[in-house]
Amino acid sequence: MSDQTITIPMTQEQASERPNFMHRFWRLWSTRMGVLLFLGLVLFSFVGPLIYRESAILPHVAHTVLPPSARFPLGTDSLGHNVLAQLMVGGQSSLEVGFLAAAVSMIFGTFYGMVSAMVGGWLDALMMRVVDAMMTIPSIFILLFLNAVFRPNLFLMIFVLASTSWLGVSRLVRGEVLVIKNQLYLEAAQAIGTRTWRIMTRYMLPNFLGTVLVASTLSVADGILAMAGLSFLGLGLPPPTPNWGGMLSDGLNYMFQNGWWMLYPPGIMILLSQVSINLIGDGLRGAIETRQA
Amino acid sequence: MSDVLLDIKDLRKYFPIQRGFLRRNGGAVRAVDGVSLSVCTGETIGIVGESGCGKSTTGRSILRLVEPTSGSVMFQGKDILKLSKSQMRVMRREMQVVFQDPYASLNPHYTVMQTLLEPLEVHRLHTPKERQERVYSILERVGLDPSYASRYPHEFSGGQRQRIGIARALILNPKLMILDEPVAALDVSIQSQVINLLEDIQKDFSLTNLFIAHDLSVVKHISDRILVMYLGKMAEFATSEELFVDPLHPYTRALLSAVPIPNPSVKRERIILSGDLPSPVNPPSGCVFHTRCPIVQDICKQDVPEWRALKPNHYVACHLA
Repeated sequence: MSDQTITIPMTQEQASERPNFMHRFWRLWSTRMGVLLFLGLVLFSFVGPLIYRESAILPHVAHTVLPPSARFPLGTDSLGHNVLAQLMVGGQSSLEVGFLAAAVSMIFGTFYGMVSAMVGGWLDALMMRVVDAMMTIPSIFILLFLNAVFRPNLFLMIFVLASTSWLGVSRLVRGEVLVIKNQLYLEAAQAIGTRTWRIMTRYMLPNFLGTVLVASTLSVADGILAMAGLSFLGLGLPPPTPNWGGMLSDGLNYMFQNGWWMLYPPGIMILLSQVSINLIGDGLRGAIETRQA
Repeated sequence: MSDVLLDIKDLRKYFPIQRGFLRRNGGAVRAVDGVSLSVCTGETIGIVGESGCGKSTTGRSILRLVEPTSGSVMFQGKDILKLSKSQMRVMRREMQVVFQDPYASLNPHYTVMQTLLEPLEVHRLHTPKERQERVYSILERVGLDPSYASRYPHEFSGGQRQRIGIARALILNPKLMILDEPVAALDVSIQSQVINLLEDIQKDFSLTNLFIAHDLSVVKHISDRILVMYLGKMAEFATSEELFVDPLHPYTRALLSAVPIPNPSVKRERIILSGDLPSPVNPPSGCVFHTRCPIVQDICKQDVPEWRALKPNHYVACHLA
């Protein structure tokens, strides 16, 4: 679409369409990079193992700490695991946990913040003080505590990560709902006789969904990082399931013995996942915020 | 003009002020302080007064968009302040409102079609097909092209948006319309168009209007009877002609003298009120107007003036009238 199209009168279909959301999302090269990078990571983690059919769990006891070679493209670690295979399978749990944790925290945080703002009064005050109190505790402490008490598995990991990341979402949603609650068009809705449930789903939700979506995209990256951090500290998913943070932790012992193939691959994967998701989040934010302007 | 559609008795709305950490009761803003009004079917009542005199709150209390503190509002013989939430929801079909600000009163995420379908869907009226047809016909009635139905509010001008607001109120076929300064946010040239539209619609839909405004010239044009309010209280109530020919309350006279006359050679006496509107938290003793009244007497400072009929259909609250 070039500038000249402005003079052409809009057809009914064009007028009904929001000024092209996808177009604005896609226009920045950085967003496109982010999406491609992220798709690459997903393909690498989920399709990769189907093509590169080597076990990530099987230790090659006779071949420990080998630098990259034809047989082991990224070498082996201290127990003789195939680093490339581990990198692929490790990505699966990182991405799954990151996404599901963000989804759980988004749903719960939205619900919590919405109820708090809609009910108001002392319940609102109480609910928000709970959030404040939990926010004062460093999240890595809560995560360490929970993972130390319970034996972590994939689902527990998701809930553990969501248990801290919903706090920000609930605050965000509460703020948005409070703003919309005082809009005149909400009073107009009441004058019509609209029920509270309909007001919440038809008036509130579409208004702040964009903002929450952006925040949640970024929290996917946070989740991946937090999980890598936990695994690095030895409190992530238990072995033999590989994951990036755990690999990094194992490789650390060989840092001064030139064991770069155990450090750089997981480190770079974590970095790429962070960069790609943040780029997508920024692109989403740009596209959504222009629409609201 | 015989049967009473809306009968308001001693309506009051006090907004409590809570102070400090312990939420101690710090008095109340007396936004509406004893308004009584009978509105007959088919007439238009104008409510005027300066900003903060409680005219909008009166309108919103009648619709229970704010819950009045006390009083009664009889609508078609039922006290709507005593209705349950679900009974009230049904009643809302009969009484609708047009807001002052056409920019803020429309949901920016709804198309015109969605905005206008909303009342019908909420009240489960008609089949989906009939609803759409009804939206198109109502759009045409308020002077908008039906092809605009798929557009969003931000694509319209203020006047067009106000027409959408009017259409939203009309689509339920209400009996009572509360027009809360419907033209105050519009250009003067657009104001007259919208007022003419409101008049036409009133005839066609046999509406009863409560027209809230701060501009007397607008109210004079459209109203049968006019209520003048000051600081939450009623100051004067008379038929439109009567009020303009023979205003009895000094406040009404001051308001009338502020109406511009489109003839610069006409010299007339302006009554300029000194001082600000007193705080509705601590209203003045006696007559609330005595702090600014040009003809104030001692009695005004002590006794609350009685609401009395000086002529048939002409009521006033002033000791000296």
